[in-house]
Amino acid sequence: MSIETVFEIVLVAVVLTLGVWTIVVPETFSATVGFVAYGLLVALIWVRLDAADVALTEAAIGGGLGGVLLLGAAARLRDADMMADARPGKLLRAGAAALSVLTAAVLAGVVLLLPDPAPTLAPAAVANAWATGLSNPVTNVLMAFRAMDTMLEKVVLLLAIIGVWSLAPDSAWGGRPGPRHQADPRGVLAFLARLLPPVGIVIGIYILWTGSDHPGGAFQGGAILASMWLLAIMAGLADTPLVSHRSVRFILVAGPGLFLLVGLAGLLFGAAFLSYPPALAKPLILGIEIAMTLTIAATLGLLLAGAPERSTEP
Amino acid sequence: MSGVTVFGLCAAAAVGLGLYGLITNPQPLRKIIAFNLLGSGVFLLFGVVGRRGAAAGMGNDPVPQALVITGVVVAFSATALAIALLLRLFQTSASGARSGRASPGDDPDQAGG
Repeated sequence: MSIETVFEIVLVAVVLTLGVWTIVVPETFSATVGFVAYGLLVALIWVRLDAADVALTEAAIGGGLGGVLLLGAAARLRDADMMADARPGKLLRAGAAALSVLTAAVLAGVVLLLPDPAPTLAPAAVANAWATGLSNPVTNVLMAFRAMDTMLEKVVLLLAIIGVWSLAPDSAWGGRPGPRHQADPRGVLAFLARLLPPVGIVIGIYILWTGSDHPGGAFQGGAILASMWLLAIMAGLADTPLVSHRSVRFILVAGPGLFLLVGLAGLLFGAAFLSYPPALAKPLILGIEIAMTLTIAATLGLLLAGAPERSTEP
Repeated sequence: MSGVTVFGLCAAAAVGLGLYGLITNPQPLRKIIAFNLLGSGVFLLFGVVGRRGAAAGMGNDPVPQALVITGVVVAFSATALAIALLLRLFQTSASGARSGRASPGDDPDQAGG
């Protein structure tokens, strides 16, 4: 057994232990912490699967921002632990266990019986890379070959933010999301919130830019920008924006809007919806990615900030 | 047994664990976490299938990778919506228990765009 296999088995054992912990531990807060650790270690599995783009996304969104979201909710719901319903009966638990074991066993069987010359689209993606001028095949698939998915996903983000905002109480409609955070201005949090954003913003933009040829891209860069923004908000150095503000709404619509415009232009002047002329493909894709990065950063940040709660400045 | 198979079995186990937690855990936040665990297992399965499709100098089929990236972002936004619903539910049931409506003196509408 090679050292890599040993490492992989240990990694899987730790990940599954964290998964079990997340499900069975009684305190919700501990379960949340377990899930954040789980998300970060799953990113390592993605690295081992040779999927660096997914690993970056999983670490930034699954582990990082998702962790902030769940920890924030767990902290605000601490009193709710007491008013939870009773645990389900033995029969239901046994049934659920049987169903889960059956599902896992079927999936495990499927994994063991996958066809041997595995079907793949990698050669097709590499062979058609000339059409866009980008050499990261994952970005090619996201932005050109399966651009429709990515565009609709931006619409899903938009729908999610509309859904979150619509939960605002009437008195806070159009106001600022979340509580106003206070932190000791001479404390560690405020210090880091001044120190990290300049570095983080540069890294976010770099990851966006390098995504055309190397692992990275709009999602990962946007997630890093969002986390820098949230850091400043949590340290009390910045406040969440009024959700009724026109510039906020413009940024939220910019990514999917530009994507849609380029798509429609492809329908009018080119071969099909979302088709890029090869000569202009790279600048068009980069333009869409820049707009998308801003939209993703704003959307992820506002999704984390939650529904508007304050109508006026205190 | 290769590393890819180990990860595939890990993904299957994560789906099973998530399903169990989703059914048996009475607290809504725990159900959301369990559902995310289930989802991450499904993404990993997809990644294992993509890893087996390594070809043309790529370690992993780029199409499943792109779909998983899209999926991770969609799962995050769905989680955020679910948590916003949960917090609002908690807020209304808590304030409903105390007595009714909060701060009528607030500006009723900011009338934005």
